[in-house]
Amino acid sequence: MVEWTDFERATIQDIFSKMDYEVVGPAALSRCLIVYPWTQRYFGSFGNLYNAAAIMGNPNVAKHGTIILHGLERGVKNMDNMKEVYAELSVLHSEKLHVDPDNFKLLSDCLTIVVAAQLGKAFTGEVQAAFQKFMAVVVSSLGRQYH
Amino acid sequence: MLSTKQKELIAEIWGGLTPVAEDIGADALLRMFASYPGTKTYFSHLDISPRSAHLLSHGKKIVLAIAEGAKDISQLTVTLAPLQTLHAYQLRIDPTNFKLFSHCMLVTLACHMGDDFTPVAHAAMDKYLSAFAAVLAEKYR
Repeated sequence: MVEWTDFERATIQDIFSKMDYEVVGPAALSRCLIVYPWTQRYFGSFGNLYNAAAIMGNPNVAKHGTIILHGLERGVKNMDNMKEVYAELSVLHSEKLHVDPDNFKLLSDCLTIVVAAQLGKAFTGEVQAAFQKFMAVVVSSLGRQYH
Repeated sequence: MLSTKQKELIAEIWGGLTPVAEDIGADALLRMFASYPGTKTYFSHLDISPRSAHLLSHGKKIVLAIAEGAKDISQLTVTLAPLQTLHAYQLRIDPTNFKLFSHCMLVTLACHMGDDFTPVAHAAMDKYLSAFAAVLAEKYR
């Protein structure tokens, strides 16, 4: 069981409640595909990922980025239950999508950077630590059903 | 391998950050201490509270070294030679911590530069900081 402080709970709820999923999701996923190009291996059917501009303008990437953020919202709404919340998605990523779980951390780091750029000074060291703790639990939950 | 464009972009960004080296460096260090408390063990001899003189001077040192390296990335091994020796024989910081610091530096840059920290700049910067860390650890063994 993960222990959350009041500060951590409040911080996570606050960040996600103010977030525009349709901006942040696409920004985070496209950043991941640009900064860590090997992650493109999972998106062969997405069309043109040839360069940064193509990735950032790709509607499939945008759509998928938004889906990912909605997936994160499930964890935000169930912070005390994340293992269960993500069990099914974990199986999906392992058995069907065959995604190396190391990639979850890469995407998580890119999301952190996008949120940081948006919040600027408000993204203090303490806020960052809380956000990263949340993402670490998501990443761990998503990796749990891999065998 | 960094492309010419990437090297220019990196040199430009760090050139612009030298005037605020203290703030950038201290910010990155504080983030690292908050997210990765184990890193504080290397600073037990210093006062690393926010805005402390030690923190600011240490942050400045680090950023100026990164900026110096950025001026001619192809010469990184030459530029960093003294720091390589320092880290290998005296400081002996476990190199996994370089990754943690680099990540926090990227977050600091994102907070500082906002939209200007584009994915392209982010990619170049991540590559540079990885190369910097690798060179720094070269004399460890």
